[in-house]
Amino acid sequence: MGIDVKNATFEGWRRENGRMGVRNHVLILPVDDISNAAAEGVARNIQGTLAIPHAYGRLQFGADLDLHFRTIIGTGCNPNVAAVVVIGIELGWAGKVAEGIAKTGKPVEFFAIEQNGDINTIAAASRAAYRMVKYATALKKTRAPLQDLWVSTKCGESDTTSGLASCPTVGNSFDKLWANGNTLVFGETSEITGGEHLVAARCKTPEVRDQFMAMFNRYQAVIEANKTSDLSESQPTKGNIEGGLTTIEEKALGNIQKIGKKCTVDGVLDKAEEPTHPGLWFMDSSSAAAEMVTLCAASGFAVHTFPTGQGNVIGNPIVPVIKLTANPRTMRTMSEHIDVDVTGILQRNMNMDDAGEALLDCIIRTADGQHTAAEILGHREFSLTRLYESA
Amino acid sequence: MTIHFVVHDEGDSVGVVVVEGLKAGTKLTGWIMDQDKLIEFDAKNDIPIGHKLAIKGIKSGDTIIKYGVDIGKAVKDIGAGEHLHVHNVKTKRW
Repeated sequence: MGIDVKNATFEGWRRENGRMGVRNHVLILPVDDISNAAAEGVARNIQGTLAIPHAYGRLQFGADLDLHFRTIIGTGCNPNVAAVVVIGIELGWAGKVAEGIAKTGKPVEFFAIEQNGDINTIAAASRAAYRMVKYATALKKTRAPLQDLWVSTKCGESDTTSGLASCPTVGNSFDKLWANGNTLVFGETSEITGGEHLVAARCKTPEVRDQFMAMFNRYQAVIEANKTSDLSESQPTKGNIEGGLTTIEEKALGNIQKIGKKCTVDGVLDKAEEPTHPGLWFMDSSSAAAEMVTLCAASGFAVHTFPTGQGNVIGNPIVPVIKLTANPRTMRTMSEHIDVDVTGILQRNMNMDDAGEALLDCIIRTADGQHTAAEILGHREFSLTRLYESA
Repeated sequence: MTIHFVVHDEGDSVGVVVVEGLKAGTKLTGWIMDQDKLIEFDAKNDIPIGHKLAIKGIKSGDTIIKYGVDIGKAVKDIGAGEHLHVHNVKTKRW
């Protein structure tokens, strides 16, 4: 019984920079909100492409602008993307995004709308997208060790069953992947409140612990500066409270179950930064589901695991999101959103090792190409994190 | 046998209801995961799935323990078998 993690493999696309992707998207990537229409126009013309419209990209500045570029460029760099058409209102920033993505070695072309208009831009970008679909669909899949798969996690619409069973299931599989040398990430800075000492104790070195506490304290300062109440209707959310979670501390302790019992926290990332070595990383990030998964995708993660209690329905345009639940009511009322059913744990019909194996099996099937519930239902949430208002 | 509620650790103050439609007066079987032990209790209130019950008597101001860790404080007295949630427990943070 059990998956031999060390010898397990999956079939995906080996990109020019050596990273393994599990999807093969030709992305039509708008730099800014006003280029969405042109990007969507190209995606309507050219079958097999995917436009990912978003709400931002104009008049941002400083660290907030840096994060915008890091997220947009990181999304284009993700190994689940074969090739990218970048469209911006003006040439400078479109070129900057394309240059960032080109460092991976994948095909990228960029187009600007000013002095061309939407129609000419769409025509020129469509010709580029046409060539890229020809290119991407000719690429052959190759077999790779499971170790080459980067896996992220974040939970959502959590309830008490998340902390009891679905988060520990991710923890069980993360312990196995971590021992295998996989690259892993967790985050949700605000949702560690009440358990920060437990994460700090798991940090591999004093330097990592200091970096983690600096990120944690930075986020606490943002909350202290902006809160108008004790956040009792935001953290936990109304849905969390409906699900039985009473305080942020209780929610945090459930959340932290995702990092298992054995993994050490091997490094700390700022939002949308790329890991530089294998191991478990903490990424400073919002606890809002779509923002966090978008940041994981921009950091280069290829598959996401998402425990839910009350039933979050999230997906991502380029990264398959695997959802699992231990809540029997969620399984009864919204099973089409759930990829891995671990309700058996709470009736002692399934132990944590079996649940972890079931999730690993789903991770491998998903990497091999099986679509997740979120992909089948068309969930493509792409949500950029903002640090402060535009200029 | 049906498990009605689950407790992480025997030192905890609370258990989590894992069945739908639990009514006051029901004789409950609880499973303590970490020690793999069963305990029995009477439900004092109707308690929704996922919500907690106190598994010992708690005084207003007492710290609530779950996962062996502090998750907040009681703001009212809570009897064993009673529903424990935002109406009688609050965060110590923020």
